[in-house]
This record gives sequence, C-alpha cells and structure tokens, in this order.
Amino acid sequence: MKIGEEASAAIAGASDLAALDVVRTALLGRKAGQVTELLKILPQLPPDDRREAGAVVNALKTAVGEKLDERNAELSKAAPAAASDADLTMPGRARWLGAKHPITLVIEEIEEIFRDLGFTIAVGPEAETEWYNFTSLNFPADHPAMDMHDTLYLSEGVLLRTHTSPVQMRTMQSHKPPIRVLSPGNVYRRDFFDASHAPMFAQIEGLCVDEGISFVDLKAVLTHFANRFFGKTKTRFRPSFFPFTEPSAEMDVECVICGGSGCASCKGTGWMEILGSGMVHPRVLKAAGIDDEKYTGWAFGMGPARIAKLRYNIPDIRILYDSDVRFLEQVAR
Amino acid sequence: MNASYEWLRAFVNFDLSPSELADLLTRRCATVDGVVGMRDDLKDIVIARVVEAGPHPDSDHLWVTKVDAGGELLDVVCGAPVVTKGTLYPFAPVGATLPGGLKIEKRKIRGETSNGMLCSARELQLGSDHAGIMALDIDAQPGAGFLDAMKVGDSRIVVDVLPNRPDLLSHRGLAREIAAALHKQVNDPKIPGTAASVPVSFVSAPGKKEAKAANITVRLEDAVGCPRYAGAVIKGVKIGPSPEWLSQRIVSAGGRSINNVVDVTNYMLLGFGQPMHAFDAARLQGNTIIIRRASANEPIRTLDGADRKLSRDMVVIADEAKVQAIAGVIGGSTSEVTDGTTEIFLEVAAFDPKLTRATRKALGVTTDASYRFERGIDTEAIPELLAYAVRLMIAVAGGTLSGKAIDIYPVAAKQEPVKLRMPRVATVLGETFAPADIRNDLKGLGFQVRAGTGTNALAVVPPSWRRDVIDEIDLIEEIARSRGYDSFSSELLPFRPSGVPDAPAYLLERKVRELLVGLGLLEVRPMPFVADGKGATVRVSNPLAEDEPFLRSSILDSLATLAEYNLARLQKNVRLFEIGTVFSAAGKGTSPALPVEAMHAGMVLLGQSEPSHFSQSGTRNFDEWDAKWVAQVVAEAAFGAADLRLNVISDGLWEIASGGKSVGRVSRLNLNVPVWAAPAFGIEIDLTPAIGLKSPATTYRSLPNTPPVEVDLALLVPAAATSEQIEEVIRKEAGDLLESVMLFDEFRGKGIPDGTRSLAWRLTFRSPERTLKDKEVQGRTAKIVRSLEEKLGVRQRTS
Repeated sequence: MKIGEEASAAIAGASDLAALDVVRTALLGRKAGQVTELLKILPQLPPDDRREAGAVVNALKTAVGEKLDERNAELSKAAPAAASDADLTMPGRARWLGAKHPITLVIEEIEEIFRDLGFTIAVGPEAETEWYNFTSLNFPADHPAMDMHDTLYLSEGVLLRTHTSPVQMRTMQSHKPPIRVLSPGNVYRRDFFDASHAPMFAQIEGLCVDEGISFVDLKAVLTHFANRFFGKTKTRFRPSFFPFTEPSAEMDVECVICGGSGCASCKGTGWMEILGSGMVHPRVLKAAGIDDEKYTGWAFGMGPARIAKLRYNIPDIRILYDSDVRFLEQVAR
Repeated sequence: MNASYEWLRAFVNFDLSPSELADLLTRRCATVDGVVGMRDDLKDIVIARVVEAGPHPDSDHLWVTKVDAGGELLDVVCGAPVVTKGTLYPFAPVGATLPGGLKIEKRKIRGETSNGMLCSARELQLGSDHAGIMALDIDAQPGAGFLDAMKVGDSRIVVDVLPNRPDLLSHRGLAREIAAALHKQVNDPKIPGTAASVPVSFVSAPGKKEAKAANITVRLEDAVGCPRYAGAVIKGVKIGPSPEWLSQRIVSAGGRSINNVVDVTNYMLLGFGQPMHAFDAARLQGNTIIIRRASANEPIRTLDGADRKLSRDMVVIADEAKVQAIAGVIGGSTSEVTDGTTEIFLEVAAFDPKLTRATRKALGVTTDASYRFERGIDTEAIPELLAYAVRLMIAVAGGTLSGKAIDIYPVAAKQEPVKLRMPRVATVLGETFAPADIRNDLKGLGFQVRAGTGTNALAVVPPSWRRDVIDEIDLIEEIARSRGYDSFSSELLPFRPSGVPDAPAYLLERKVRELLVGLGLLEVRPMPFVADGKGATVRVSNPLAEDEPFLRSSILDSLATLAEYNLARLQKNVRLFEIGTVFSAAGKGTSPALPVEAMHAGMVLLGQSEPSHFSQSGTRNFDEWDAKWVAQVVAEAAFGAADLRLNVISDGLWEIASGGKSVGRVSRLNLNVPVWAAPAFGIEIDLTPAIGLKSPATTYRSLPNTPPVEVDLALLVPAAATSEQIEEVIRKEAGDLLESVMLFDEFRGKGIPDGTRSLAWRLTFRSPERTLKDKEVQGRTAKIVRSLEEKLGVRQRTS
C-alpha cells in the first residue's frame, strides 16, 4: 500500500489546517485525488479483480479519511499555538459602537435616581397653549416675570413651550395624587445660539403632589439627588422666584471645578447653580382642579445640557448640538 | 441692581464685610452675582511696620529704614519729614503698582538700596495730604493687605433682583432685609447742613384731582395711568457739580454724575427706589402740568434726542402746549434741566405698572425709571420721599421751596390683612416654629401682626412696599426666608410611590433608542428649525432667524444637515439617529388649535459599514440593504413583526407599512456633499401610531431535538419575478415542515441568460417529532419547483 504510507506521511506532515486541506484535496479531491483516481480505474478492471481491488481501495479511502479527520482534530486543538508567527500586538477587529447623546445620558442618570424615590415619567406636547404654559401656572399677564421667558409664538395663544411645566399641569389634571413624576423634554426660548444658550434645549422637571408633602421633603429629595449625582457634596438653598412655586428656592452645589474655593466657572462664589424648585403654588393646584388645602406639593426643574457641560467638561454648549461624530463617539467609549 | 456697600451702611449700621453681606443677601432674599471692589487699584498695598529709622548718610531729608512687611526685614529709603519707629504705614513692595500706574522697582537712592515705598495718602489717592506718609492707627499684622485691614474704598454689590421683589431695587429696600436679618433699624441717611430741617408742607386736597404748587397748577386727568402725583416747586437753584459724597454714591452704584439736580433725582431712585423727574419750571407753558393720555401720533423729543410719536394708550405729562414727558419712562428735552435752570418742578409720582410696561415696550426704551414703575413702587412713600428730596435738593443746589408741595391721590390704596394659620405654616414648611418667632420675623420685615380670627391664626398687614404679599402662601415664604432655607431638615421622609403610570410614548422612545444604540448608531439632538421649502407647514411667528422660520416636518431634514456638517469636516463615516418631534399644521376643532405633533425616529447611514481592520483589504460602505435591515428591526420593535411590510416604491426605496398603513420610508438621501462622499441612506419612521401598542407576549417555543434537512435551490429568475414572490410560493408549497427560507446568493452574468438572474435559496425542513425522510423533502421540493415555474416562470438551475 504505497499510497497508504505516502498518504499517512503527507497527513502527518501537514503543519496547519490549510496544509491539511491541500493534502485532503491531493488524496480525495473529486477531480484528481490520488485515491479518487484509483476508484475511477476500478470499472476498467476485469470483474473478478474489480471486487478485490474495490474492497482494498475503499478500505484505503476510509483509512485515509479517518487519518485526515484525526489530524484535523489535532490541528484544530493546536491551532492557537500553531499561529506562532502571528503578531498578537496587532489591534482587534472593531465594530461601530452606538451611543446615546450626552444629554440623554444625563437625563437617564437623573431618572434612575428619582425612580428609586418612586417617580415615573410623564411627557407632553412641545407646542402649547398660553394657558398651559403661563396662565394656569400663575404667570400674571403682561408682567415682568414674562421677561424671564422670551417666547417663540406659533399663532395667537399658541407657543412653543418655554418649560416642561405644562406637563405638570396636564398630569395633575389627568391623575389623582400621589403624583411623583419626572418630565424630560425639549423647551424653547427666543435666545440666540451662543456658548451657553440655545433656542431649543432639554429640560427635566419633577413634580410631587400628595398629602403631607412639605418644604422638608423638597429639600430632602433634592439634597439626596445632589449627593447621588455629584457624589457627596455640599448643597445650598437660596430664595428665588417662579410664579408657579412658593416658597421658591434655587439649589446650588459646591463648585465641581474648584471644590468651593472660588474659580472662574463659579464666578468666584464656590457654588454652582443646579436647579430651581419650590412648593407648588396653591393657585396652580387649584387651576389643575386639585384640593389645595388637602394636598401640597413641590416641583423642580433643571437643564441637562448645562449639567452635561459640567459633567463632560464641554466648553461650549453648541458642541452638543453640532453633532460631530468624533464628539458623539467620545461618549460611546 | 448695583448697590454700594457704603451706601447700605448709611441706611443700617452693620459690621459685615462685603462678601459676608453678599452671602447674607443671597441666602435671604436675592442672589448676589458679584462683589466689585471700587479700590482694587490698592490691592498690591500691604501694611508694614517700620522697625528701624535713621537719617540717610548722604542726604538731609531722606530716611533709611528697615521695614517689616510680613517677611524678611527690608531696606527702604523714605523721603517723608517724619518716620516713626514702631508705627504701621501703607507699603508698596517691589512689583506693586500704585493707583495711577506707577510700578515700584528696587532701586538705589543716593547709594542706599530701597526695596519698596512707604506711601502717603495722596499716593494712594485717598486724599490730598502728601505732607507725610500715612501713619496707620490700626491693629494689624505686618504683611496684611491694606484693603482688608483698612476697609478703604467702597464695594459694588451686584444683586440679581427677581421680578416679585421691586422693593429690593433700592438701597433702602436692601437695607430693610439686612436690618431684619441682624435685628437692627433702618435710618434714612442724614442730609448735610441746615436744609435737613427745612419744613415741607403739603396742600391739603383729599379726593381732588387738581392742586396748585406755587404758581403751577397740576391737573390729574388720568388717575388710572397715574394713581398718585406729587410735586413741589423749588426756586433759586444753582446748577453745578454735585458735592463729592453725592457723586461718589452715584458712581459706586454704577451711575454717572451729571449735575447736582439730576444727581439728586438719581440719588432718590437708587437710594429709595423712587424715580423722580425735575422739570425746568420756567419752560412749562401756562404754568400748567396735566397728566393725561397722549393723542394719536402726538410728538415729543425725548431726553435722548429721539423724536417719538405716541399713541393713545400712553400716559404723558404735558403742559398747555405739548407733551413734556412720557410718564414713567423718559422726560422730554424742552423742559430738561440745563445749566441756566433756576426754577424746578420736582415730580414724584406713581404710574401704572402695566401701562408703563406697554409704553416702554412699544417705544423700545427701557430706563431705570420704567424698570421700577413696571414692577411697582411704594406709592405710600411718595410724600415722605418728596419732602426728603426737596431738602436734599436745597442742600446741594440751593434755592427755596416755593409755596406748598402738592400730593394728588384721589383713591388711596388699601392694604388688606392676610390671614395666616399657624398649622398651615407647619404643613407647608414641614417644621413647627414658635408663634413668637413667626411674629418677630414678620414684624422685623415691616409687617403688622395682629391676632386673627380663629385659633392659631394671625392677621398680617404687609408694609406698603410689599405689594407682592397677597396670599397666605406669600407669608409662609417670608417665614421660610427669615428662618433661613439652610435651617430646614433635609432628611428623607417616607413617601407613596407615584400613581401615574410611565408615559407610553417615553417607554417606546426608550425602547427604540436602546435598539438603535445597539445597532451602532450615534444619537443626536439637533435644533428643529428649517428653511422654507422643506415641506414644513408650521411657522414660528417671531423666529430668531428669518432663514429658518419653520418647524420641521421630517427628522431627515435635520439629519441631512448634520451629515453634511460632518462631511464638511472630513468625517466620512456618519451613522446618526434621532427620536424627536415633527410638526404639521393644526387640525380643526380645538381652540386655540395646536399643531399636530408626531414622534419620529430618523436614521442616516453613510460611509463604511464597519471600521477598517488590517485583516481586510477594504471595507464595504453602507448600502440600501443595511438601511433596509435597520428600518425593519426598528419598525418591528415599534409595531411588531406581524403585518409589517417594506413595500418597494418608485420614488424612494421602500415604504414601511404596518397593518396596511404607511409609517415610514427608506430612501437614498440627496445631500450637498463632496464628490468623495459615499452614498447616504435615510430612514424615517413615524412612531406615533405605535405609542401604547401592546407587544404580543413572547412565549417560549421548545427547541427541536430532531435533525433538519437542508435543501439548496438555485433558480433562474426572469426579470418580472421578485424575490418576495418566490419566497411566497416557496412558503405556500412547502407546507408546515418548512422551518426557514434564506436567500443566500444572487448572480447575474456568465452562464445566465440575459434578462434573468440566478437566486439561490436554502430551505430548512424539520419536523419537531421525527426525523424527516428524504422522500418527503424531495416531494415537497419538486412541488415547489413546479409551482414556481407555473406561476412565475422560474426554473431550477441545472448546471
């Protein structure tokens, strides 16, 4: 069995799977394999010889097949070691990674903290009536308080919401307390695009209405939020004014850049303004059809873009909207 | 509001430093945005002690000293007549810059080294005395900053006053808060000289709308536009520069000193929050002042030199001939005080906030006066402030009060008591305070507090300068502020979880976002404004940019712009998505009609389908098949796979339809791009119909233990037949043993007749219960092939 010995040697000599494939073709290839050729000769032999030769050739074929399979199994196991000349310092094969927008990441992080405190998510339309955006929220008509909300109008009495507070009103109209909702969404102001303003930006508000809800709850929840979001930090609450809350308060956290010693980012105060908040004004509860003697509530609002700017150390808010893929990919990694 | 630290101290006596004061105001009533030292030019100067002093060996008027300025002793040469050993002096070390710009350097004076300069008051611009260096009688460490040790120089406190607190738009108003916090009294600053005691009496005219101040008759015709009008005539004034103290006050508060008369009116505005106007009385025609509405297009040239046309809803101050001032906004040039003025009519009035606001908006002029009138001034303080202003005017500009002052106030405002229930305070604030503390807090702020009706209730009358306090909740805020927000507990309390379910739209948005991120796309949040001609129908009536006045009707409009932006920055691989709002014109029925909003998901794919790697010579670009897959999985996530179809369309690639309704499309994007850019594909899906759709419950199907039988079918397909049709026939004819069908090859060209192509399918048959027999599969395959030929003219490839 000359072919048998040669075949065994060739199979054993194949040093990798590719070489073994060449050997397999040389032996068993359909067109010109050595064993295949033998099989092709069989029909030409006299019938008596044919049976005997047939048995031999078929046995050979089986043996060669088994040997090939054995060697294949050996080489497969040894494959990593066999690639000894591969330069493993070369980079892995990359795939495109997707990424959420930094503003979305901030919103989701805020959401996660408030979910632990029993909050759910509410949304509402971006085009609103004046009633939902201003009147029902206790904005006096034609008052300087309106100057804080430079408004884009669509038609008489219809505008692009200047805050997500209309969602508070809609939620209170459609649901009974206990209400604990967060409302993220886009809001619009007639502000020119610059390093810290955009005519459209995301806002996230929270609203809590139930029996026995007090200013202490407001402080506690927002302080808890600040400590989770910024790491254990000092907070400061100071008086503010929003028509739809009273008492109103703004929450500052110790400046994340200088740690409270005062720097350019915090205008030397050591504090960074994070959010506006307050106890829901009784008139707002009334406008929503909620018994303002029985129920009290608090609300807050903040701008995730500003927080993203802080968190990712982004110098200019326009970078968030320009959408250069290199910027977006930075967040993916 | 720019407040002067020293001016505040003139109202209330306190010891806080400017930064401590800023902190107090911020925590109590209004945020301080900044503290600006008015003498920062002295920041380099330090306190130094002279420890040795002797005559200069080479001069008869110089001293050689050793100076302790907080570090090593320094040799300093000094030219003062007297230098006293052991005394503290202001010292400018080497490197310091003096007011006026002189930079101190180390130098030799007649052979002796001098490392700095002991300073005189004049060198520090603290007075004109330069006879000698400035001996300091203070207790300070050598090396301490001169500004810290001496408290010289005023500081400007920049206060952010919010619209509900117009009372804080003055030094007296801020002083009231400081006094309340420190339990002190507010006193009006003393007027210098004998003018302080000039008697000012008023014409008594209760309920009348006309009164005479000296020779000037004042007639109030519009008591709505002007609820109160007071004034006085001062004769014999001499216009000139203000005394130093007065101009300093004005400058410290951010103003500009003009002349004594104008500065007095500004002093009253900044000091007391009361805008005033001084008319040159000699220029008033007919010795008359009329407060009335303007007639249509009535003209006036205002103090800023502008000629303006008024309208009938504007309130004016006029004489017999014409308008002399626009009430509460700006004066007219005709009766402006000039250097030759000797007789003035000083106006102190209250104008209606809403009308003032409307007028200044219509005219586009905002002044310090209009800013205060539209927020509301303290109407009750008018007579008191007029008297103060008359005395101050006489003190700084001379002259005498002519006759009596007038005060026309037809309908006096009433301040109603507000009921305050103690238990309510505890409910809202969450902490209980002693009633005595609450009373004291409110009294300290000028509120009158009486026992109210009912137990545990107070009747509280706000002071006239706090018109913002009308409800119980306003009083509760006063209490919270007075107690200090920081004093409240911040311990989490038990709560009831929300009874409001998550918004279905938000849940869907989140699901689609997670999917798209998983597919390797990058989320963007662009502006939704677009130019005309993009098919958008909702227009902003007061847009920021006239070239983009519309709200988009398609997300791809935004994404296309971003793709172009990236290409312009040579970023050739762009794969973006957004889930956002698009707008279309309002339907009928609702009033006022809101535009229709829809939540769309948009995607754009362009460039390499995966990053380059050394193992592959080239990479494939995104093509329509990538886009089709993305569209399909997103649409399936939103709408479910049942009834979802991607129909081939003529003006794009595919229309996405769910339940027979079009919900989106996949198209090639026509971008304005460089020639090297790869083709771009866009997908837009309207997710709105999917909001709140229940996705069918996913249930486990047992995994088969039986072997599959795979059959490859190579088919010759005529031009008219589609893959979809073929698959349909295969599925129909194969029956229920068919597990899956996969198209794995398309080939045109050699060996394939023109106008046809070869499609190869892999059919997987399996029975969950048993091993299939070859015959069964062969039979079904033959049936499929027959049917394909009959129905579609598709034949099996033989070679």
